[in-house]
Amino acid sequence: MIINGVEIEDTFAEAFDMRATRIVITAINFKWARHAAVTMTGFATSIIGCGVEAGIERVLHGDETPDGRPGVAVLLFATSSKVLAKQLETRVGQCVLTCPTTAVFAGLEGDEKIPLGKNVRYFGDGFQSSKIIDGKRFWRIPVMDGEFLCEEETARTTAVGGGNFLVLARTMSQALLASEAAIDAIYRLPHVIMPFPGGGVRSGSKVGSKYKALPASTNDAYCPTLKGLAGSRLSPDIGAAMEIVIDGLTDDDVRHAMRTGIQAVCALGTSEGIVRITASNFGGKLGAHHFHLTEIMGEADSS
Amino acid sequence: MKPIVLELREASRAPVDMSPLAPDRLQGMRAKKISAVRLWTGNRQVPVGDLFNVSGEDHARLVIQNATASLERIGAGMVTGQIEVEGNAGSYLGRDMRGGQIRVRGDCGAFCASAMHAGLIEIDGNADDFLGAAVTGERQGMRGGMVLVRGNVGDRTGDRMRRGMILIEGSAGDFCCSRMVAGTVAVLGDMGHGIGVGMRRGSLLLAIDPGAFPATFVDTGAHSLGFLALWARQFRGLDSKFAHLDPARQRVNRYVGDLANDGQGEILVWVKDPSHTPA
Repeated sequence: MIINGVEIEDTFAEAFDMRATRIVITAINFKWARHAAVTMTGFATSIIGCGVEAGIERVLHGDETPDGRPGVAVLLFATSSKVLAKQLETRVGQCVLTCPTTAVFAGLEGDEKIPLGKNVRYFGDGFQSSKIIDGKRFWRIPVMDGEFLCEEETARTTAVGGGNFLVLARTMSQALLASEAAIDAIYRLPHVIMPFPGGGVRSGSKVGSKYKALPASTNDAYCPTLKGLAGSRLSPDIGAAMEIVIDGLTDDDVRHAMRTGIQAVCALGTSEGIVRITASNFGGKLGAHHFHLTEIMGEADSS
Repeated sequence: MKPIVLELREASRAPVDMSPLAPDRLQGMRAKKISAVRLWTGNRQVPVGDLFNVSGEDHARLVIQNATASLERIGAGMVTGQIEVEGNAGSYLGRDMRGGQIRVRGDCGAFCASAMHAGLIEIDGNADDFLGAAVTGERQGMRGGMVLVRGNVGDRTGDRMRRGMILIEGSAGDFCCSRMVAGTVAVLGDMGHGIGVGMRRGSLLLAIDPGAFPATFVDTGAHSLGFLALWARQFRGLDSKFAHLDPARQRVNRYVGDLANDGQGEILVWVKDPSHTPA
């Protein structure tokens, strides 16, 4: 498949079943809500080393938040509900509780709950109090700028982590610019995050390593400095590859985000040095979700 | 379908225990069968039909007409359905209520909503003493649900209250929230004396500064409390002055006490001019 001169490789992205939750952080202004959100989603790029993958889903205006203040919606993804709950608790405790003027609320409805302020409340050392409002419990914890208000629990849901595509371009700067275009387009979509720095990944990985201790190692097939060696998947005209990894609440959300991102890259076309779009998978045996690029982009054509 | 209507024929001098007539207990009964239900009045039992004219068939709604203060325990222990009282209600209205709604067009007697767990009680007139309070021998009063009084309330409102909410558009008598365990009471009118005496936890919100508090309450100053935004917003659909509370009005003077009894309770008095609220 060719779109605007860019080859869409007939391959698929392999993604995994995850557990996810959403929380809403509000603050006196957007600046401080963002500080809390950026901090609590820091060091949350990959479940391999960080426990969770997390990111800012979108900015919320005052009329969209429970307390009428500006805020940020944050999505967190983990491999199990237990890890998700633990990570949420420590991150809220260290990054949101500590951030001036913030409050934190559930961002998902559902029957399966995980604690939000349920344990953070003990920071109040007996001075905390709760209020039940419209059937939901909220904790008021005295802090040095007043009260930290946090909802008792939020809901969790099944989700999809690891949707991805790779942008192969003539030069590094062209690959980077195209990635930024894709990231900007995907950032506008709800229900998805791109957990890596700025949304992009330059160290795509493959499963396994020559070193026994490592479960994953560099994706040498797409490293331009190894071009021409056996196993390289890069043609001579490709100077760099960038990966964009997408976690979403549903299969459709990830699919839609991948399509949106690839469209943004293809819109730049060959004139901006874009050569090929491909995706990362593990042979299809590890992940439950397979996103075939030609199928995804074919849907875009028909719509 | 017409609601079941109980029309009181003549005012009874002896109190009548109305608790067998909760909507959920009348399921499947026709007017004739309801007329045969026996009610305690004083020290004897009489059939409903001796006191009321009974009509209608919708069991989910019960209307009591010509009601007087001798009709006690209306809606006691009710789980679902609606009761509308045209007139006044006696004591123990909605006691141990587990759900559903009661609306009284007039006044209600003492101990309304005592041991109430869930549901909504609306009193268009005044409520007598011990609204949401514990009866003698019980450790806790109201345990959940909401009571809205459009008029005034008597003494000891929320005495030993454990959870839930009491909203009072008018004024409150003496010892409001005395020995309160937890929960929320809000009063838009004036207060009597002895506010919050023995209060352990819970919140009392006041629109008018009563000027004096028991010596065992400490003034912690004026604060903007974020939970008040959520708290005020929940009343938006309510037919009440509370629906007009501005969620942005979060600036309150906070008095903490009763320090002679755990001291985890609070009396919050809305600061008069919210324009002083820092952004």
